[in-house]
Amino acid sequence: MASSTDLDIVNVTKRFGAHAAVDDVSFSVAPGEFFSILGPSGCGKTTLMRMIAGFEHPTSGDIRIRGQSMLGVPANKRPVNMVFQSLALFPMMSVGENVAYGLTCRGVSRAEAEERASRMLDRVGLKGFGERRVTALSGGQRQRVAIARCLVLEPTLVLLDEPLGALDLKLREHMKIELKQLQGTFNTTFAYITHDQSEALVMSDRIAVMNQGRFEQVGSPRELYHNPETPFVASFVGETNRWQGEAAPASGGAIAVRLPSGAVVQGQGRAASGALAFVRPEAVALAQDPASLSTLPNRFEGRVSAVLFDGAASSLLIDTAGFEQPVRAVLPQAGPLAGIHVGAPVHLGWTADAMKVFAA
Amino acid sequence: MTAKPAQRLTLFLLLAPAVLWLGLLIVLPHVEILVLSFSERVAPRVYAFGLGNYLEFFTEPLYWRTFARTAFMSILVTALTLVLAFPIALYIARVAQGRLKAMLLLLCLLPFWVSELVRTLGWMILLRETGVISYVLLATGLTEQRVEFLYNDGAVILGLVYGGLLFMIVPLANALESLEPAIVEAGYDLGGSRWTVLRRIVIPHAMPGIVAGSIIVFMLTIGNFATPVLLGGKNGLWFTEQIYAQFITRFNWPQGAAFGMLLLLLSSAIVWLGLRLTGQSLGTTLKQA
Repeated sequence: MASSTDLDIVNVTKRFGAHAAVDDVSFSVAPGEFFSILGPSGCGKTTLMRMIAGFEHPTSGDIRIRGQSMLGVPANKRPVNMVFQSLALFPMMSVGENVAYGLTCRGVSRAEAEERASRMLDRVGLKGFGERRVTALSGGQRQRVAIARCLVLEPTLVLLDEPLGALDLKLREHMKIELKQLQGTFNTTFAYITHDQSEALVMSDRIAVMNQGRFEQVGSPRELYHNPETPFVASFVGETNRWQGEAAPASGGAIAVRLPSGAVVQGQGRAASGALAFVRPEAVALAQDPASLSTLPNRFEGRVSAVLFDGAASSLLIDTAGFEQPVRAVLPQAGPLAGIHVGAPVHLGWTADAMKVFAA
Repeated sequence: MTAKPAQRLTLFLLLAPAVLWLGLLIVLPHVEILVLSFSERVAPRVYAFGLGNYLEFFTEPLYWRTFARTAFMSILVTALTLVLAFPIALYIARVAQGRLKAMLLLLCLLPFWVSELVRTLGWMILLRETGVISYVLLATGLTEQRVEFLYNDGAVILGLVYGGLLFMIVPLANALESLEPAIVEAGYDLGGSRWTVLRRIVIPHAMPGIVAGSIIVFMLTIGNFATPVLLGGKNGLWFTEQIYAQFITRFNWPQGAAFGMLLLLLSSAIVWLGLRLTGQSLGTTLKQA
């Protein structure tokens, strides 16, 4: 039976004693999709991935690959291969033997397995590395061997368990792009789990944000970033300002939130009494002259308390009257406010659309 | 100027126990035995240099047959011990957790709190004609009369494997413990069966431990005296018995010395061959042990 999805997770629950590590999760992954599960450590994403690989068994629910239920199918019989967090290359084998291992397990002849392994090594940019020991490789090369070892088996689905965690920052940035390109050239479905929102945002077609065993939201990176559906997603994905207050009525479909100091901010969303408000740093407009912010419903005055310089990701902390915590905004590095320093007075504001309000 | 001699003296004092131990207990007796093995008795109380003791070994079939039998049986015992110890070590290293792990190791260690002689006598109580097993078989009607399980090769092998088990389990469990669980999982994930994972991942990883345990068990077995004598009786025919007989019964020390040197050569040669065949170096093996 042909199936339009590569992976279907249907109401899967996994309990360890009374604790539900994975609590009634359902989702589908389309062929060729790069799907990420993003969540803090301990949210159940590793358990979920191990159930797909076949190392754990769901307490209830079904796992289907191309429409075939995988319940009762052992890990070595599933069309799924995994890139482990530690990579788990076989130190007792050469690079070529590592890649050929899965083929020989399937009964492919030794000569053909070696031939296919060396072709696969060419494709991942490790031509001529077949005879090397895996211990003699750099971090990025080991990464590619781990992926080549899976891809050579032409699996329906490749699972990746935070494989970039052990790399240094520069290499990690590079491997993010390389992984995405590899996935594109092989057109294999990838399911990637990570706690690093930047990895998920850069590489994925769709991301599921997971928290305490449940999916909070599934969507494209942009949807998650700009239209978070839950306060957890709003605060976990990307940098944000977060305030707590009381909901109050406002005009024009907006909702107002009264902060403990008495200051009132306006945003979009729903809340009955307690409310949480989120504003992205890049949505906070800054000006020296209050007149230029006059169209914004939220206007405040503050004083720069810290400049957090980090290249393109630099930000400003602004002590603002009415807010207990300083407001975070993007550091302007061009225009009249470029070179702003600690202690400088500044006007700030944001639109009602830029502020997401949730019930607390 | 006084610092240097003082330092040298300190170094000498620090090394003294090791040097004395090696010199007095290992090198000196072996040199003595080597020299002794080359002396022939030409007349009462008159000795001359000669190869007669070694020639005697090759001309008397009993000697070299016992020698070959000891070598073969020791290899067999080592292999049996390895096969038995591997699953136990695998369980201790990979499955058992916390208290259970400590308890299992203790359980392996427990028999070694009593002397080898007492342990072997324990086996005799079980195996002899009037022993426990024979009695149970007769009482349950499985046999018509009492059965003697002692004084055969089976009993000797049983006793020697039992005595070697701990020395195989400990280095094996050590080696297996260092195997990362993810590597075993990767072995399954890429399509390997249990047998493939064992053969291509677990055993190669445990190789230093296998070799270390095998060397220890082999050495202990080939040099064992009490177990083959007590469990094998006159059928034991262990080469150490021949050495004992020359030294103690016949009072022919030069002949005993020659046998001793031959046994040393034999065990060294087999260990060397074993290391060559498995491609292991003595260095990595010692680290594992």
